[in-house]
Amino acid sequence: MKTRRVIHVPVLARVEGEGGLYIRVQGGRVMDVKLNIYEPPRFFEAFLRGRSWQEAPDIVARICGICPIAYQMSCVQAMEQIFGLTVDPMVRLLRRLIYCGEWIESHTLHVGMLHAPDFLGYDDSLAMAKDHPQFVQDVLALKKTGNDLMGLLGGREIHPVSLCVGGFYRAPTRRQLQAMVGPLERARDLALRLLRRVAAFDFPDFNLDYEFVALSHPSEYAITEGRIVSNRGLNIPVTAYEDHFIEQHVAHSNALHSIRRQGGSYLVGPLARFNLNFAQLGEELSKLAQECGVSPPCRNPFRSIIVRMLETLFACEEALRLIACYEPPERPCVDVTPRAGIGTACTEAPRGLIYHRYQVDENGNILAAKIVPPTSQNQKQIEEDLRRVVDGMIDKSEAEITWRSEQAVRNYDPCISCATHFLKLHLERS
Amino acid sequence: MKSEKRAKPKIGVFKFASCDGCQLTLLDAEEDLLAVAQAVEIAYFPEASRRMRKGPFDIALVEGSITTHHDAQRIHQIRRASKLLVTIGACATSGGIQALRNWQDAGEMARVVYARPSYISTLKLSTPIAEHVEVDYELRGCPIQKGQLLELLSALLAGRKPNVPTYSVCVECKRRGSVCVMVAQGIPCLGPVTQAGCGAICPAYNRGCYGCFGPMESPNTTALSDHFRILGQTPTQIQHAWRGMNAWAWEFRKASEEVKVP
Repeated sequence: MKTRRVIHVPVLARVEGEGGLYIRVQGGRVMDVKLNIYEPPRFFEAFLRGRSWQEAPDIVARICGICPIAYQMSCVQAMEQIFGLTVDPMVRLLRRLIYCGEWIESHTLHVGMLHAPDFLGYDDSLAMAKDHPQFVQDVLALKKTGNDLMGLLGGREIHPVSLCVGGFYRAPTRRQLQAMVGPLERARDLALRLLRRVAAFDFPDFNLDYEFVALSHPSEYAITEGRIVSNRGLNIPVTAYEDHFIEQHVAHSNALHSIRRQGGSYLVGPLARFNLNFAQLGEELSKLAQECGVSPPCRNPFRSIIVRMLETLFACEEALRLIACYEPPERPCVDVTPRAGIGTACTEAPRGLIYHRYQVDENGNILAAKIVPPTSQNQKQIEEDLRRVVDGMIDKSEAEITWRSEQAVRNYDPCISCATHFLKLHLERS
Repeated sequence: MKSEKRAKPKIGVFKFASCDGCQLTLLDAEEDLLAVAQAVEIAYFPEASRRMRKGPFDIALVEGSITTHHDAQRIHQIRRASKLLVTIGACATSGGIQALRNWQDAGEMARVVYARPSYISTLKLSTPIAEHVEVDYELRGCPIQKGQLLELLSALLAGRKPNVPTYSVCVECKRRGSVCVMVAQGIPCLGPVTQAGCGAICPAYNRGCYGCFGPMESPNTTALSDHFRILGQTPTQIQHAWRGMNAWAWEFRKASEEVKVP
């Protein structure tokens, strides 16, 4: 057996954006793991300077075509904090509702089209469709419902146009939302069927002691607001984020690595939310989770596919609940009087916690912006996972190591486009 | 390969600096996706498949703008390997939102975002694909519109000219029956000079168009800048209106540079 091996995946597939993987093994041990993010930098934080508070939500949406709502929502809430605005409760409801749409769309895309092929041994979902037509059709139909919900509230599913600082440009009528009830009920059934399907996949025995970080809210499964908490005792307001997390710049990545200030990686995303906010999924979903083989603390990242579909099911039910409570607000948007200040906001993007901070002048023009997407935060953890995964299968063939490594990266549903404001496998053995 | 059936056309989907939204539009084609997959061979689409076939390709769908030396070379390889090259979305057709750097110092911008700018390799300008290689067709939009993508693919497969309109958003707005937000409410709107395709969403959601589909054929940008002034917009606001997702598209770029910002 060769003692020095390099596994190199120049273009990592089924992730959003461009990156690769490089792993070097020497004397039967993993010496180096690098998640290369060569997606070119786009400098959003730099060209936001000088732009108005009104333009910011539409600009930041363009960071990511898969989770634009996460960017827009975090942005408008940070601005609203600066201007001291409180939005109408029904606006808050609509925001949670459109975010549910994004969770359904993004999670289903990842579970069905990007991650499931790894478990079933296909290159892609289209090849999978030949042997598992029902699965793929269910995935497409469920994803469509998420997109339709976003389209109804946002005008279109990619880069919606309706969200603004203070509320929405236009609020839907009750009747318009009622039209989504039928499709969402069908989506709920599809999500349940898909959940049982993915729960039956084979999962490698792999567990790590993670620090899970997510938003937590006293009265609901946190999506749009809450305090930042972890399983290791962290419990801080969003405003204190930068006191506890810092970004590091490493040579092999155009995405900054975010770490805990005292050092150490952490994990954001569905697994973190599930472990920290389990009780708020409600009794039925909690029972269902246990039936499906996941209960907190779930420390196996490969099982995140189950949690993602569980959250999708939750989002369908939550959307139905929200629609039933909806009364159109008197005005879709409150008046805004800009003032100088600094505002921060965190929301739960489908891939995990996202942080925004803006500093604006007295006219509301942006002086400084900082955006920390979920993938930047997971990057270091992904590298640590890879180290362990490869360590555990060092004698296996290059093809097996490569595929399993790719799968381990996809556990995180990384969005590289987001992270370069991020993947190549290159395994080197010596 | 000898076969009774004609070989399916090979499609490659390539990404440069972008948000992934335009290639996501292909996956978002949901009910039509399986039909598309039957009509063509999706030979290279890393976002969807780990099987990456080599060219040559019959159709290359290219998303994103050119912002690095490496990418400036890569686009030439793709051109050489492709019979038809189609640019999809504002980044590929005009340089995208990241072309806002073109008016700033790229080195300084890297210093704002990154602690070690020396790790970052980037060009001064974010440029559209057509500035580097010949482009056969383009689809505008930030993001592109699903219907237009399917129309373009079916036209290319059938060997006919794609029906993609070049008139303004105003036409779509009238067809949709929306009340003009600029006339009725004095809201600045880029609809009169922006190419149709989105379905005039913004006015239907009670806001002005912000130019996702870029300049229409022969837009009167000067008149629109004048009208924005009458509506009480400051020179900076007018300049910013032109500098959005399609800031580096020639007509919008010219309009933005004509605004005298004190």
